[in-house]
Amino acid sequence: MDFEYAPAPESRSVVDIRPSYGLFVDGAFTEGHGEPFKTLDPSSEEPLAEIACADAADVDRAVAAARRAYEKVWGPMPGRERAKYLYRIARIIQERSRELAVLESIDNGKPIRESRDVDVPLVAAHFFYYAGWADKLGHAGFGADPRPLGVAGQVIPWNFPLLMLAWKIAPALATGNTVVLKPAETTPLTALLFAEICQQAELPDGVVNIITGAGETGRMLVGHDGIDKVAFTGSTEVGKQIARTVAGTSKKLTLELGGKAANIVFDDAPLDQAVEGIVNAIFFNQGHVCCAGSRLLVQESVADELLDRLKTRMGTLRVGDPLDKNTDVGAINSAEQLAKIRDLADSGESEGAERWSPPCDLPQRGFWFAPTLFTGVAQSHRIAREEIFGPVLSVLTFRTPDEAIEKANNTPYGLSAGVWTEKGSRILWAAEKLRAGVVWANTFNKFDPASPFGGYKESGHGREGGRHGLSAYLNV
Amino acid sequence: MSTERLSVRKTYKLFIGGGFPRSESGRSYVVNDAKGRFLANASQASRKDVRDAVVAARKAFGGWSSRTPYNRGQILYRVAEMLEGRRAQFVEELRAAGAAKTAASAEVDAAIDRWVWYAGWADKVGAVVGNGNPVAGPFFNLSTPEPTGVVGIVAPDGPLLGLVSVVAPAIVTGNTAVVVASEPAPLAAITLAEVLATSDLPGGVVNLLTGRRAELAPWLASHMDVNAIDLAGVSADAVADLEKAAADNLKRVLRPGLSDWSDEPGIDRMTAFLETKTVWHPVGV
Amino acid sequence: MPTGAELRGFLHGLPGVDQVGADERAARLGTRSIKTTAKARAIDLAISMLDLTTLEGADTAGKVRALCAKAVRPDPAQPDAPKVGAVCVYSDLVGVAVDALRGSGIGVASVATAFPAGRAPLEAKLADTRAAVAAGAAEIDMVIDRGAFLAGDYLKVHEEIVETKRACGDAHLKVILETGELRTYDNVRRASWLAMRAGADFIKTSTGKISPAATPPVTMIMLEAVRDFRDATGRTVGVKPAGGIRTTKDAIKYLVMVNEVAGPDWLTPDLFRIGASSLLNDLLMQRRKLATGVYSGPDHFTLD
Repeated sequence: MDFEYAPAPESRSVVDIRPSYGLFVDGAFTEGHGEPFKTLDPSSEEPLAEIACADAADVDRAVAAARRAYEKVWGPMPGRERAKYLYRIARIIQERSRELAVLESIDNGKPIRESRDVDVPLVAAHFFYYAGWADKLGHAGFGADPRPLGVAGQVIPWNFPLLMLAWKIAPALATGNTVVLKPAETTPLTALLFAEICQQAELPDGVVNIITGAGETGRMLVGHDGIDKVAFTGSTEVGKQIARTVAGTSKKLTLELGGKAANIVFDDAPLDQAVEGIVNAIFFNQGHVCCAGSRLLVQESVADELLDRLKTRMGTLRVGDPLDKNTDVGAINSAEQLAKIRDLADSGESEGAERWSPPCDLPQRGFWFAPTLFTGVAQSHRIAREEIFGPVLSVLTFRTPDEAIEKANNTPYGLSAGVWTEKGSRILWAAEKLRAGVVWANTFNKFDPASPFGGYKESGHGREGGRHGLSAYLNV
Repeated sequence: MSTERLSVRKTYKLFIGGGFPRSESGRSYVVNDAKGRFLANASQASRKDVRDAVVAARKAFGGWSSRTPYNRGQILYRVAEMLEGRRAQFVEELRAAGAAKTAASAEVDAAIDRWVWYAGWADKVGAVVGNGNPVAGPFFNLSTPEPTGVVGIVAPDGPLLGLVSVVAPAIVTGNTAVVVASEPAPLAAITLAEVLATSDLPGGVVNLLTGRRAELAPWLASHMDVNAIDLAGVSADAVADLEKAAADNLKRVLRPGLSDWSDEPGIDRMTAFLETKTVWHPVGV
Repeated sequence: MPTGAELRGFLHGLPGVDQVGADERAARLGTRSIKTTAKARAIDLAISMLDLTTLEGADTAGKVRALCAKAVRPDPAQPDAPKVGAVCVYSDLVGVAVDALRGSGIGVASVATAFPAGRAPLEAKLADTRAAVAAGAAEIDMVIDRGAFLAGDYLKVHEEIVETKRACGDAHLKVILETGELRTYDNVRRASWLAMRAGADFIKTSTGKISPAATPPVTMIMLEAVRDFRDATGRTVGVKPAGGIRTTKDAIKYLVMVNEVAGPDWLTPDLFRIGASSLLNDLLMQRRKLATGVYSGPDHFTLD
């Protein structure tokens, strides 16, 4: 029989979206002096709120506030006291977790299941984790008394708005830096709610400053003379521009950029778990994931069987209302991103790959893209080389382990990779050969505050998370 | 009538892929001693020599990086042994370049000891900068350092100790290097290449170019198959442009810093050219 | 009949199961939120899939008759509630159950083959089976020889299933793997295929006497096995988790799993059963909540 799941929407009543938002500078919401902009609900295209835009003077103000807070309060504060503020923030995030999850899904378009079960719990865990480091920095392996850098300018993307904020702010604050953070223009709301959380936690004024705006605001921030550190997560193209901006300065730089990860399935893989891993690798968060497993490399001897299973599994993915608790794939974050995905998917067809999607009713309004699979993809196709940042999987085959590694590494990126085989020595061999910062063996898209994350080659430099993540914010 | 024997002079060439070619450009430049007297014609490498050196370094990377750390440590120690054996030659060469006898002696000793120091790091740095990560789930999770790849090095002017202090930390972890030697004092670098060539170091792991920094460094900084660049010998006014060029493929950049090479080196010059790889695996039955 | 070597080669050639990945997938399926109309349909479907079970040493004819009455008419206050799938008893009480259920359309399932340990000579197991069938059992729930399985004697397990199937005649054969004793998911997958190849009509997780009994990941692996077996052979085999399923929420999780892992074809009592006893009252209680809009309490449902 058909077992239709009735709609199961998470209630919106837990969030209170204000008509307009200012900048969070020096502990208070203040006006921005640039042209305000609107943030949309990507599942309906309805405007959610008007957001202030920081101009050059606003950026100056935020940097000055952060500098004052660094010199007067946060820098001199003993680590154990900083730790307690971070623990407080972690607790408030847990207390307000449902509100944060719903707001994230509304502003970003990601399924509530993911914001509730992945993003927000990891955000709280990140603050907990780095809170514990604040008074133990002398034991972290960077010398007896590593020092903070000063003021960090941080620019984050729209795919994991609150989680990327946590990845940036938690280690910066734990090590004694103060921050000016700019969230993405399409997803500012949870960062602004985080500002309220800082107020609830009575975090000293100016330690965290949130300025909103588009690319120009970000450029002003990373180019500002008053900052000592730049941390950016986003596209490789913008990452390169930022690297040029900080050239010749003494600013320390960490970049988490794009990827085109290979997910390699050997013929002795645990097939059902591999299918789940492939699905999780590319359809998690609509494929808006820098470490997404966007290239499936499958051994020819098992390719047909695996693809049959994968297609069946894709047929059970539920695409639609991000707030429905049964949604697996939500809305694409913006019209711009949707256009980019469409363009690349079209190129896949025109370059000769075979396109397949399960039957899938997409809503009329909003930005949507059905889970898509391309077979017959060659390394030379754009869809095998360029980051699509959407729910589009390119399938390539290989015959021998060496060929798999060669194809996997044949990219300027080097963020992540997946390996599926039941043979232990082959896992370790492949993990050693893969030129990628994170290798998931018989799993994919796992994240933990204790585990460093970051890329080789043009996927960026520096690591976020774990003990390694501390060094990005210390004078080491 | 007795005549003194005429000495056989050395032709100072480049060191690429384990061989000693002249610059493909056919150019050379005059190197004088401290008093302005002619010492030698050094090869003046071109952008094409940079290109060839990068190809050689890339070719050597796979093999060198997959040697066991123990083996790399032994080879670096072997470099120290070979250098010790040629101690007198280096002292003389440094003196010819203008160093006082005691200073030259001390620099050669320090250079030998530096190879020994880094040799010992080969099988230890991974334990010091890698670690298991206690993640919240049924997963084995381990972070280990891996070499970044091909490292471009603009060497400082310290003719021997400065050079050794930038080359050894880059290669001990498995990177391969393309090195632009000191422009005014390149001769010890080429003599060091002779040491490297006889130390079981595979060809291409270290490639040494002599010539004009201003000409060569931009090609190295912009080369898309170079993964990292050490700007140790770059003057302050040239850093920004090289860093900008390096951004084209997001090279790891080590900016020029304090350059008293006689200080005990920390591990920073090694970690600057290491990537952290984190491997996850489920734990189950 | 295959040889032992052929069986071993086949079973050990099946793709492995990664425990952590399987657990994750099962847990994620468990987060589906089934509400309103979907919940109402799921509850009725779950009732119709119940193998209402009593398997106690203290079972009597009276106890069995009471259970049968409940099977036919689960909730006197809700006459539209469906009847259960079957009643499951020990082989010596089959006759009692058959009499009590005559005309109801509900079949009697009997455990057999020296349930639950299965430690008896084959002849005794077959005699047990024949007696149950002769008394009118429509379904036989046999146990496999877990000792032989764990010792790698797959041929012995295979032969016993084949013999029991023959002894069943027209009765359907459910093969209990006792997954709690097999311990690993690889073993569950192998035992599932072994049972299906030997002729099982259903594969069943557990006797209910060993902990853990049915779990979502184990059931999921068995659902994958029947799905793959149909793809490979064209024959459709049913699945029955048994033991430890006590709440409506749990039961619905299993139905979601059937729907998304094996597929909607299995959403029928002919191909999916739930072995349970106390679950029925919880299903009825939730059913009444949906109908009336107020929460009920255990005093309003019969304890049989």
